[in-house]
Amino acid sequence: MIKQLSIFIENKEGRLKKAINSLSTADINIRALSIADTSKFGILRLIVQDTAKAKGVLEENNFIVKETDVLAVEIPDEPTGLNEILNILDKSKINLEYLYAFVSKKTDQAIVIIRVENVEEGIKALNEGNANLLSQKDIETF
Amino acid sequence: MIWNEKYECMDNESKKELQLRRLQNIVKFVYENVQFYKRHFDDVRVKPEDIQELKDIEKLPFTSKTDLRETYPFAMFAVDDDKIVEIHTSSGTTGKPTVSGYTEKDINIWAEIIARAIIMAGGENNDIIQNCYGYGLFTGGFGIHHGGRKVGATVIPISAGNTKRQIEVMVDFKSTILTCTPSYALYLSEFLEKEGYTSADINLKAGLFGAEMWTEEMRKDLEDRFNIHALNIYGLTEIMGPGVAQECLFKNGLHISEDHFYPEIIDPDTLEVLEDGEKGELVLTTITREGMPIIRFRTKDLTSLNREKCECGRTTVRMSRITGRTDDMLKIRGVMIFPSQIERTLLKIDGLTPNYQIVVTREGNLDELEVKVETTPKIFSDKIKELEEFENKVAKRIHKEVGLRVNVTLVEPNNLPRSEGKAIRVTDERNLN
Repeated sequence: MIKQLSIFIENKEGRLKKAINSLSTADINIRALSIADTSKFGILRLIVQDTAKAKGVLEENNFIVKETDVLAVEIPDEPTGLNEILNILDKSKINLEYLYAFVSKKTDQAIVIIRVENVEEGIKALNEGNANLLSQKDIETF
Repeated sequence: MIWNEKYECMDNESKKELQLRRLQNIVKFVYENVQFYKRHFDDVRVKPEDIQELKDIEKLPFTSKTDLRETYPFAMFAVDDDKIVEIHTSSGTTGKPTVSGYTEKDINIWAEIIARAIIMAGGENNDIIQNCYGYGLFTGGFGIHHGGRKVGATVIPISAGNTKRQIEVMVDFKSTILTCTPSYALYLSEFLEKEGYTSADINLKAGLFGAEMWTEEMRKDLEDRFNIHALNIYGLTEIMGPGVAQECLFKNGLHISEDHFYPEIIDPDTLEVLEDGEKGELVLTTITREGMPIIRFRTKDLTSLNREKCECGRTTVRMSRITGRTDDMLKIRGVMIFPSQIERTLLKIDGLTPNYQIVVTREGNLDELEVKVETTPKIFSDKIKELEEFENKVAKRIHKEVGLRVNVTLVEPNNLPRSEGKAIRVTDERNLN
């Protein structure tokens, strides 16, 4: 289980840039990122090295930030990789909210960030399916 | 405590007698000294002698904001320029500002009515007033200042803005009375909270909040946040400035200083004078002012009058909280709404702040109303679906309360546009001309 930051982004010029800029000024490295948006607003989701520090910096800049628990799974960077993980979740009837993926330079694996409704059940199912769950520490050192 | 028992607790007969005498004097005075009034009275063939009883005021024509603009800058002054000791103006956001001139005597009257207001709010001579109304041409800063001095309280002339400094002063100087717009008070409380202070760190007991419209719901919110009495103060540049009326601790209407201002309520369409208790436009006549007396000024503020004696012991007439202005009433798809109705609805929803903005647009021939509300940590969810559901829930509540379908948009906090400390609540982008 790892920590993700979700940030409310108003649909207005320059807001995303402001969020990213405040992190870069504070020397915080973004590990993975995804943006969900509607016509009116967006949610910026981030995995960073120092979650607490990043949250503080964003709040100082008047952003509304929420910490969420998500799952990070390492999968082989090949066509069947993601499919296998989804099969595991599907079999255990775990409800998926959203997911996004990134690749690491250090290994030839891809990493998938998964948000499920019930984190405990998700962990249990993935462990039983022999998926390679990553810890906060793994993500920070990637 | 009552500052001036003689005038604030007068019996009805003596009050009417005093008002009639003062009205007769002022009508004669403006007829002889202000060309505008001579011309206007002559137009309707009314002479000062025609004012035989208070009701005769209805024979006199109204003064509008346009009249004051047309006499810009000094043509409404009734005395020689050398007797004018202070000048203030309105903000002029809707055109040329209106100018208000004061003689030494006028400044004393202003200080007197503010002194009444401070005492009405539970103030005393050992209070420390943090005056965050703007000092300058705006009447707020200097009005409170003159009155605070008269009471013998300590006035901190901090003026508007620089919120960090405001907080520092509030905590370190142990301010006991806060004077500012209600929207700025709210902003201050949010800032205090953000800096880690609680109501235990501050020493405030009352707030005199005015210069913009606010609701009962916002009063409760401010009272909880600061642990104070949040009281309404009313006034306007054209008539004098703040202090024309003030709420006492019973919070059941604003006491008008009737020995200086004569109020009437009219129907803004038919211009007929309405009965006590009926809601309409407030019309004010200054009956003691000498620098710039104003006869029957149409304030555009909507309220009603209550002449019952107040529990506080004062007999002065009370006006109800301003619920709207004849000119900020919005007509959307034929439905009349006031921003205050939206505010009341929002404050009933858990997690929302009273910071909101209304944007009116027209697409084709259809008016669209968008209500922007601030996202708070309580509302914010990581799930798009939940945020959209929240927007819809708010829209439904507004629809239920004001009978109008609106679009609700979540925005980031602290982005509400402001002008001189007054929140800009409504942006009308329709081009109706």
